[in-house]
Amino acid sequence: MRHVYTWGGILVVTCASVVGDILLARAMKQVGDFHQLWRQFGVWTIVGRVLSNPNFFLGVASMTVGFFSLLFALSWGDVSLVAPAAASLTFIGNGFAARIFLHEKVDRRRWIAAVLVATGVALLAG
Amino acid sequence: MTFRKYLVLAGVTVFAAAGDSMLSYGMKQTGQISLHHLGGVVAAVLNPWIALGIVLLLAFFASYMNALSWADLTYVLPATSLGYVLLALIARFVLHEQVSPLRWLGIAMISGGVGFVAGGPALTSHKHHHTDQAVESGQSMASGSGA
Repeated sequence: MRHVYTWGGILVVTCASVVGDILLARAMKQVGDFHQLWRQFGVWTIVGRVLSNPNFFLGVASMTVGFFSLLFALSWGDVSLVAPAAASLTFIGNGFAARIFLHEKVDRRRWIAAVLVATGVALLAG
Repeated sequence: MTFRKYLVLAGVTVFAAAGDSMLSYGMKQTGQISLHHLGGVVAAVLNPWIALGIVLLLAFFASYMNALSWADLTYVLPATSLGYVLLALIARFVLHEQVSPLRWLGIAMISGGVGFVAGGPALTSHKHHHTDQAVESGQSMASGSGA
């Protein structure tokens, strides 16, 4: 039963992190290139645009859910399983989600990178 | 990719690794926090290492937002995962912790992954980037036909 809780927790952490990353990435694309905005309008335009973007707040809320579910998951399972499993699955999940929701061209090069990094993170924590 | 953009990616990596290290160091000084003694949270935030860690993590968040404004999520995430490598190297050479062969393999795989993604384009899906390009090419065509 403990396994079910641990893996359930890992799944919730992963989903919340992926949703948070996707929403933040979408929000920042809607805001526009910070470097160009800074040059043209100054820093307060960037701050104003970020703080008036609903996706930004939804993303931060989702990240917060992810953070607190990580704390719960850590209380159910070992840190050496929960942290790397959630981080690795988030890398892979982001690959699929970015392709579907952000229309990023996740080519073979990026998939190899995501799998290498995900495996590497899992090995580092092992 | 400009030098400034590489600096932002380096900022995401370094601020995250440094922030996490400071938080971890500070939390070892303050001890465990429980829900029954929430005063411990205040004491933790007042610890200079934890306060510095929080400032660094805010800097990480600002750089992360900056990077996402001009690069794909699937580019930023692997490119900045060098932070894990940085943490392992700090553990080995600064804190003199033992790093097992499996961990070295992990470091090699992350570095390889970063190399793979860094060789490709940073942006593949920017809608107004494409429209900007279309406008630019439209203008150049118009000016070309005008000339």
